[in-house]
Amino acid sequence: MQFQFEPVLAEADRILNGVLLTIGLSFGAIVLGLALAILLVAAKSLFGRWVGLLVDAYVELMRNTPFLVQLFMLFFGLPLLGIRMSGTEAALLAMTLNLGAYATEIIRAGVDSIHRSQLEAGVSLAMTERQVFQHVVLMPALARVWPALSSQFVLMLLASSICSFIAVPELSGTAAIIEQNTFRSFETYIVVTIIYLVLALTLKVALLWLGRKIFPRLSSVDRLDAKAEAA
Amino acid sequence: MTIFGWPEALFIVRAAGWTLLLTAISFLIGGLLGGVFAILRLSRIKAVRRFAASYILVIQSIPVLMVLFMSYYGLSLVGIELPPFFAASASLAIYVSAYLAEIWRGSIESVPFQQWEASASLAHSPAQTYRHVILPQAIRISLPPTVGFLVQLVKNTSIVSVVGFVELARAGQLVNNATFQPFQVFTLVAALYFCICFPLSRLSRHLEKVMNASRSH
Repeated sequence: MQFQFEPVLAEADRILNGVLLTIGLSFGAIVLGLALAILLVAAKSLFGRWVGLLVDAYVELMRNTPFLVQLFMLFFGLPLLGIRMSGTEAALLAMTLNLGAYATEIIRAGVDSIHRSQLEAGVSLAMTERQVFQHVVLMPALARVWPALSSQFVLMLLASSICSFIAVPELSGTAAIIEQNTFRSFETYIVVTIIYLVLALTLKVALLWLGRKIFPRLSSVDRLDAKAEAA
Repeated sequence: MTIFGWPEALFIVRAAGWTLLLTAISFLIGGLLGGVFAILRLSRIKAVRRFAASYILVIQSIPVLMVLFMSYYGLSLVGIELPPFFAASASLAIYVSAYLAEIWRGSIESVPFQQWEASASLAHSPAQTYRHVILPQAIRISLPPTVGFLVQLVKNTSIVSVVGFVELARAGQLVNNATFQPFQVFTLVAALYFCICFPLSRLSRHLEKVMNASRSH
């Protein structure tokens, strides 16, 4: 048994394109999925029971079926409805819908943890309904659940590898092509796995940093709490 | 082109059995391994703690698909030709072990440390402390997240189709290729996954409520 990494590393350009697509898909899904989740949580608290039930149904359906099956459903099903989509577009849509459902559940848990008296305090400061939602409910809720959201984002980055099943040339899809070109299966997957590891750890650190940037006041309160607990 | 009828539907339903079997086997093996790593992670020896922590961090930071490819191709490279079912359960077990190790470590740590002191004052050895004092409490705490993780595992078994193992997702793909009726086929596939996962999700949530209720008084 002899490792030969040269043929794999000779395909660096292809790997780079795969990495960029993986980053692009993940970034797109995180931004769109988060926006979708915030909209759904807002819709649930602003509109009545029926909207709430619809949101719940969507969340439960997405959370209790595999991402792969959702991807297949969109990729094979949408063309029959006359919606033409490339594999990459279907992948982005599937990732957004999947992440959106998980993020909705996480953010809702954050919103539930906001005490009612906070809302009354907001109203008594003559805030509009929208201002109360944004400043008193949403931002503190996001700050509280940021660690859980971050983990979910990292899981989505890892799950993006499944898009290779519909021949999307992201990092895993690229790996399959390189494997066919070079016949160095194990070496290919070692290289690609290390890249995923670096991407995931970088994303983890970046999200931690971003959380401190976006929620400086709230995280400093948390730090004070931690200090008080330690003392 | 065949039409999606009873034989095709039965083929898919039968494949759900393989999904369940794969889940059970990888959960058992992964659970044993995960328990070992949870305890190593809490060891008094720094090097052991570090080793377990790195294992968990690495496995949690790479896609399950890569674990699957590495075990499938890695094993065949060293001359071990395993049937896809074994490669599939082995890689899923590795994935399970890292996540359960972390869930269980958290559960063990959330048993108040005074319990350790109390047990030590009764002249229990560390092994006895684990067995009689810590684990019985930790297992109760860990039950809701463990059942919740089971849902993730059921869903993740779908990716082993890539090494040629015919479980639920692969069966759906095969039938879709033959009939080209993706809505009917994948609705059935999704419905079967949902029937397995939704009760587990509910059970996890229920256990969480019961736990919180019992802790508050």
